Amino acid sequence: MKTPINRSRWIIWSSFALLMGLAPLVFSSGLGITVLSQMGIAIIACLSYNILFGQGGMLSFGHAVYTGLGSFMAIHALNAATEGGLPLPVALVPLAGGLAGLGFAVLFGYVTTRKAGTTFAMITLGLGELVFAMSLMVPEFFGGEGGVSGNRMVRDGLWGITFGPPVQVYYLIAIYTFICVAAMYAFTLTPLGRMLNAVRDNPERVEFIGYDTQRVRYLAFIVAGFFAGISGGLAALNFEIVTAEVVGAARSGGYLLFTFLGGATFFFGPILGAILMVLAFVLFSEFSQAWLLYLGLIFLLMVMFAPGGIASLIMMNLRVARYGRLRELGLSYLGLAASGLVMLLGGSALVEMVYHLQLNQSEGPVFGYLGAEFDVGSVTHWAAAMSLLAVGAGLFEWTRRGFLRKWGAIQTAIEVDIKSREAVL
Amino acid sequence: MNALELKGLRKSFGKTEIIRGIDLVVQAGERVGVIGPNGAGKSTLFNLISGRLLPSSGEVRLNGKRIDGLKPYEINRLGLSRSFQITNIFPKLSVFENLRCSVLWSLGYQYSCWRFLANLDDANQRARQLMQMIHLDRKQDVLAMNLTYAEQRALEIGITIGGGADVILLDEPTAGMSRGETARFIDLIKEVTVGKTLLTVEHDMGVVFGLADKIAVVVYGEVLAFDTPEAVRANARVQEAYLGSSIADLQVAGH
Amino acid sequence: MEFFIISMLNGVSYGLLLFMLSSGLTLIFSMMGVLNFAHASFYMLGAYVGYTLSTFTGFWPALVLAPLVVGALGALFERVCLRRVHKYGHVAELLLTFGLAYVVLELVQLIWGRIALEFKPPPSLRGPLFTLINHSGQGLSMMLGAAPAELCRAADKAVRVVCSPFPATRGFMMLVAVVMLVSVWLLLTRTRIGLVIQAALTHPDMAEALGHNVPRVFMLVFGAGTALAGLAGVIGGSIFLTEPAMAATVGPVIFVVVVVGGMGSLSGAFLASLLIGVIQTFAVAFDYSLATLAEQLGLPLSQGVLSSTYVKMTLSQVAPILPFLFLVLMLIFRPRGLLGTRES
Repeated sequence: MKTPINRSRWIIWSSFALLMGLAPLVFSSGLGITVLSQMGIAIIACLSYNILFGQGGMLSFGHAVYTGLGSFMAIHALNAATEGGLPLPVALVPLAGGLAGLGFAVLFGYVTTRKAGTTFAMITLGLGELVFAMSLMVPEFFGGEGGVSGNRMVRDGLWGITFGPPVQVYYLIAIYTFICVAAMYAFTLTPLGRMLNAVRDNPERVEFIGYDTQRVRYLAFIVAGFFAGISGGLAALNFEIVTAEVVGAARSGGYLLFTFLGGATFFFGPILGAILMVLAFVLFSEFSQAWLLYLGLIFLLMVMFAPGGIASLIMMNLRVARYGRLRELGLSYLGLAASGLVMLLGGSALVEMVYHLQLNQSEGPVFGYLGAEFDVGSVTHWAAAMSLLAVGAGLFEWTRRGFLRKWGAIQTAIEVDIKSREAVL
Repeated sequence: MNALELKGLRKSFGKTEIIRGIDLVVQAGERVGVIGPNGAGKSTLFNLISGRLLPSSGEVRLNGKRIDGLKPYEINRLGLSRSFQITNIFPKLSVFENLRCSVLWSLGYQYSCWRFLANLDDANQRARQLMQMIHLDRKQDVLAMNLTYAEQRALEIGITIGGGADVILLDEPTAGMSRGETARFIDLIKEVTVGKTLLTVEHDMGVVFGLADKIAVVVYGEVLAFDTPEAVRANARVQEAYLGSSIADLQVAGH
Repeated sequence: MEFFIISMLNGVSYGLLLFMLSSGLTLIFSMMGVLNFAHASFYMLGAYVGYTLSTFTGFWPALVLAPLVVGALGALFERVCLRRVHKYGHVAELLLTFGLAYVVLELVQLIWGRIALEFKPPPSLRGPLFTLINHSGQGLSMMLGAAPAELCRAADKAVRVVCSPFPATRGFMMLVAVVMLVSVWLLLTRTRIGLVIQAALTHPDMAEALGHNVPRVFMLVFGAGTALAGLAGVIGGSIFLTEPAMAATVGPVIFVVVVVGGMGSLSGAFLASLLIGVIQTFAVAFDYSLATLAEQLGLPLSQGVLSSTYVKMTLSQVAPILPFLFLVLMLIFRPRGLLGTRES
């Protein structure tokens, strides 16, 4: 029974390692390397967040506290190592961040995990605001306005590794990412990990089978804090500077948003979310000033229509594919994509025109977007954008209804099949 | 030493006293059926014993040790386990996982995160054993929320006995079941609680009279009678307050 | 003395503003179990919509219209989005309102820009409501409106005169808050719809079984809660600042108020709002630090200790974190909040 599972596991994990190892050879530009590095850091952060959110059902609005404090501790440790003579090799600096994350989770977690659900969320929010506000008040630790900087370059490194070139830092991050992802996956297969799931599903019942629900949550909080700190430590090494915004509410919100978007119900969901997060911040922000608005709208739509995130959408379609019925949906998907594109074009043109009105008045009424020229003074341009949006929305809604009908039929058929197989057993 | 002892147990919610002084002594290995009209306080009694509610006054002793005021998990670790009237399982875990969770603490694994569940042979074996006992071994990987109602009730019992507790409290285990399902379920309960002390809240008279060694009649927060089934049936006060209806007779005749 | 009175009144007015916001939040939470993360965003919308309306109609009509607009938007959101998410549980609802907060912030910046707006209170509210004159010879006296300059200057050097004005805007804020709360209380307890709301608050299924359109009641309550936030926004925006960051500044404080007061308790929210409002107002005014305290007590401290950041920190610098400190302390010593119900 174990061999086929083990074989597919070997394939997945080795492909993962291979992918990370070969990626910088494909995306070898400066931008490529920095994006890859940030992805590794984000993957660890989002997976650590999902220990709380997806596995434990704990909605935290203040996870950046632990990644951020890990960053600060790591950069202080780095400075102590390079100047103060602390015998800590640069490669182990992220562990200092991890220990900081762990320590603060032990400290804050005790108070935080006393309550559950909505109250827990509010506590994490308040604690996050507290730490962020303190960051401006204690310049010795937080470095005031300018933050704390450090230097990761090692003069005589082992095997000539100085961590000067970004590629070397990338490989360090990749190694940490692989180990941390494996460790966090292993966590889900342990008694504590499973009881955490039980606490998520039915916290009351857990107490009646001998477990202290609060203790389970507290321990999970500490584990998550540890990995969050490692992520922060890697960030400190990567950017060589840490500023107060790393503990801010915006960053906490980002972890929540993208972990949810990626999918909290599957282990690999946050990995997708983390990749998306880095791509969004680095690349999408170049396309449009309104990208945060689009992000917020996508998030709203996800919560309403696909609360399992992108991972669940993938898995659902994979299930349909396994039953050989994915081809039937092909036309619908095409229609959805096409009408969605039209809607997006119209909507984004409108948004860009409004932004131009708001912010770039001085540059005159005409601007370029997606290769076309738009004139905010021209009524026809406004009308054209609005009608494009309306037509696209109408087509989308029409296609969506047809798609839902087909999808529903397929799902029912699949469920009937599953039930009949169970009955036979 | 008595398995379970209640002394002067009282519980008020605000000004309303629900449990108005209950004294009860249950010997080890006894099967006690707890009956009474709706609203008499039977579930509240179970909640008081198992730690879900705090008594207003009085004592609860498990094997001689006081357990009133303890947290539910502390009471469970001392050897008392309970099931719920409204099914209280782990919906997104499979049948096997549900049962494995229930055995983890009693086997000493506590909050460990350095061992894989797959390697815990005793836990896995016990979970498989439980699955067979409750006849759900064919639905091993089915998510608990996808089971039928009766199967979920069976899983509920499985989780309750998983930890190996000596004193088992079952709160209306056959609630919502058909006649046939109830009969099968009673046999299941008898099988899985061999040698244990059992307290069951029940409404179906046939179940109670067939299953219990002794019956406790709870009316309006007090114990009217605590005796063998025949003695309770003959008790005038009980007949006046609870039994003596044609429906009860029918139920008894039907089993 | 006059400093104490004025600061107290300022603190109470700020606390009442906080209560205007947290009461709507508590109502929505009590009824629907939804903690509206975007509540402060509706506050911000109220300020911005109020500003735009006031450029067309003047301040007073905008004061009435803006909350209606915001309430309508809130009800629309409940109908279209929130209702769909009820079945996924409270976490999903919280996430939805979290996303809404993001979207509202971006939309506000899109439509009105990123710079603070010049939203000023109307001329009738400018200037002080009353002025406290502390004359060292004649004692404390009060004068309606502004005190003329001669009264505030002492004729000879031996006499000390201090004039402390209390702004009319603050007084107006208190008035609106009290009127609003009294009318909500009356509505809930004296009218038929109020009774239905109270019933639906604790037993929505039963209320629905009795024939009341409970989903519509939910929509109404959500709209009313957000309208209250919008009203607070018109006032807060005109008195304080109207800028995109206003939601993020006051948002966390309201959540602290709600948790400290006890989730779901209106009286707890009232107490916590006043407490936090008064404490913060007083704290901002004090430039005392541990160093000054030691000085006053005559404790000799070494130069090293005196220059430490923690000793030098003044109360006014610490003021922004006081609500959150309060939250942490409350959670350590009394997790159910001031007047919250203990979960059995």
